[in-house]
Amino acid sequence: MTESLALDKPRSPKRPAARRSNFELYSWLFMRISGLALIILVLGHLLIMNILDGGVHRINWGFVAGRWASPFWQFWDLSMLWLAEIHGGNGLRTIIDDYARKDSTRFWLKILLYVSMALILAVGTMVIFTFDPNMPAN
Amino acid sequence: MSTTASTAPQAAASDRAGASRRQGTFYRGDPGMWSWVLHRITGVLTFFFLFVHVLDTALVRVSPNTYDQVIETYKTPIVNLLEVGLVGAVLFHALNGIRVMLVDFWSKGPKVQKAMLWVIGVVWVAVMVPGAFFMMKRTVETLFGGN
Repeated sequence: MTESLALDKPRSPKRPAARRSNFELYSWLFMRISGLALIILVLGHLLIMNILDGGVHRINWGFVAGRWASPFWQFWDLSMLWLAEIHGGNGLRTIIDDYARKDSTRFWLKILLYVSMALILAVGTMVIFTFDPNMPAN
Repeated sequence: MSTTASTAPQAAASDRAGASRRQGTFYRGDPGMWSWVLHRITGVLTFFFLFVHVLDTALVRVSPNTYDQVIETYKTPIVNLLEVGLVGAVLFHALNGIRVMLVDFWSKGPKVQKAMLWVIGVVWVAVMVPGAFFMMKRTVETLFGGN
């Protein structure tokens, strides 16, 4: 009975590692580090854009141009874009893993997720770097 | 429901029998579970908003008029109300994220996780009341006060 099951002792050197990569560990750590940064970046962004000094009603193209004239806010927005998109994308990856029942569903939902992340990161980064403050109104 | 009931009648007399006699045994959860559910929901909603928001901001590269036209929808009463909801969702996600980190990294965190939930609830209300006031002020004035 017991001989049919051959298992190494827990700490025997030949025993292969239980996991092949530490990806999920780093993903877990990234969520916490990026989350900490996003608390400042996102709550600051929401406070400025939605609450202070008239909030959303004062936002227009000129307002954006005024903010992006400063490298500080360009860097703020660029960091926020990348951290938020990857933080949110990684969260959605976890949720897809949790709730997709078929491997094919899981596969296609993740493809959709990764394509949307690439699109948003590319478009957002391009806009911050190529913004033209002298653009004509039309 | 219980498989042990047919083989061991005495087991049916235990607390299991009482539980199955009540209609259904729906797990109502612990506040900690509901904070986890809310964390997921607010996270997904924020991610979808981020998708839309990066695209609408990208219109600054199309033309100033196009951007201004689209950004006007953010100033309409219904969308303004949705913004309050977004700020509320993001604020909960941020506060609960701090709580999760304290549970993970602070030695006393797991012991006081429920107390921390009430703390973030209080902070959430304390921020959202003035926050919602300043976000909705102009909309409410325009809707009910003329100019």
